[in-house]
Amino acid sequence: MSATPNQPENVSVEVSGLRKSFGNLEVLKGISFKVNPGEIFVIMGPSGSGKSVLLRHLIGLETPDAGQILVQGEPVGASGVRDRYRMAMVFQSAALLTSLSVGENVGLYLTEHFSGTPAEIAAIVAAKLEAVGLPGLEDRSPGELSGGMQKRVAIARALVMEPQLFLFDEPTAELDPPMAVTIDEEILKLKNRTHATSIIVTHDRTLAFSLADRVAMIFDGQILFIGTPDEVKRQTETRIHEFIYAKMPTSKPS
Amino acid sequence: MFQHIGEIITLFWRTLQALPLCWRHRGKIVAQLFEIGNVSLLMVCILSLFIAGVVALQTGPVMVSHGLGSVVGGMIGLSMCKEFAPVMMSILIAGRIGSAMAAEIGSMRVYHEIDALRTMNIDPVHYLVLPRMVAIALALPALVTFSSPVGWFGGALVSALNQRIGISFDTFFHSLRDEVDPGDIFNGIFKSFIFALAIGIISCHQGLVTRGGPRAIGRSVTKAVVNSIVVILILDYFLTRILLYIQK
Repeated sequence: MSATPNQPENVSVEVSGLRKSFGNLEVLKGISFKVNPGEIFVIMGPSGSGKSVLLRHLIGLETPDAGQILVQGEPVGASGVRDRYRMAMVFQSAALLTSLSVGENVGLYLTEHFSGTPAEIAAIVAAKLEAVGLPGLEDRSPGELSGGMQKRVAIARALVMEPQLFLFDEPTAELDPPMAVTIDEEILKLKNRTHATSIIVTHDRTLAFSLADRVAMIFDGQILFIGTPDEVKRQTETRIHEFIYAKMPTSKPS
Repeated sequence: MFQHIGEIITLFWRTLQALPLCWRHRGKIVAQLFEIGNVSLLMVCILSLFIAGVVALQTGPVMVSHGLGSVVGGMIGLSMCKEFAPVMMSILIAGRIGSAMAAEIGSMRVYHEIDALRTMNIDPVHYLVLPRMVAIALALPALVTFSSPVGWFGGALVSALNQRIGISFDTFFHSLRDEVDPGDIFNGIFKSFIFALAIGIISCHQGLVTRGGPRAIGRSVTKAVVNSIVVILILDYFLTRILLYIQK
């Protein structure tokens, strides 16, 4: 299922004038950016700024009110696009199917698309679980795993698709610092191994600056700045500066 | 309300279009069949036995006192296979299986499992709705087919044991054979098939439109069961009218 001569290893993503409202609440207010093939593009901003809604649009889980999203020049909602380009998303909650075992979760894409015999699928599942450092967990239930392990299983499930576009929603949220570092390393290894285009939504500054080729700063449904991590760190715009350099409280409350 | 009706019709149409994929999803269909049959069979037997028993208790003495003891078997036989078996078993299945469908799909919706399916280019209608619809459409008529004879036996037992009725098994089943023909049994099975489709599509739809958290799942389950029961009773009236017209 690796990329054929007609199918690039990675794809470009172009978003223009994206708007979305839920009721009277306008969540995305004209978002535009372009992600180059093979790039790690991080969308960073505070909670409630519209990051996750934006990510859900990129993979077609939401329909925009206005604007368009192009994957390799084709609208993401157009028929056949999802068949032509492999896109995978790792959810903040991992979103593993709790009625299935870990192995069944990881192999679900292959099973449902009839991509191989049960033995072949089992071999691929074992390899992908090993790739994320969880060998031999095929028969476990998702409920028996820690949050970090569930995220890694979700990454293995996405890896099975050999995606050309990888989307991560808050990959380090709710994880302890060592596990967050492990997930950072997994994403970097993925990038080196698959060369897939990666779009990561996060409010984790460490993750963003350690992985990103470019960072987009999103506040209140609008992108304020796009640049390299160094360029973002040098930004003087008040909201970006305050977000990047927010400090821990220096004294304990009395 | 009209939006929901439109969504249900669309979902039903998409499920019909997916029917050629049944063989591919046979594993999931068999699992659902086992789930429905296994958890419901004992309850169906108990319910059928006692419903027919109560019908016999309520009507038997009156009919016997008017000299109609010879038709008690036929009356209970007809009412079981044409009305009580399909309607009561469908209400039971709406409560047991419809609620489970709405809860399972609803929780998958709330916890983004359905979104995860969509990102893997797996159609939730094919993966979740089709196996459940096919399974309930096969299982409910089968349960109703099973329910009628159990009910007849319950009616016969009460008619024989109750001193105010005092009708022998032979008399009961002789009357039943005179009144009930295969068309009547098919009548009940056909009704239950339609009810099964209604329960399945209403419950799956209610699961798929669940939004929010655990409380929303609870609300969806309640709506699925209540709406299914209301629709079963409304459909029962119209189906009865149509089938009576056809049988004339």
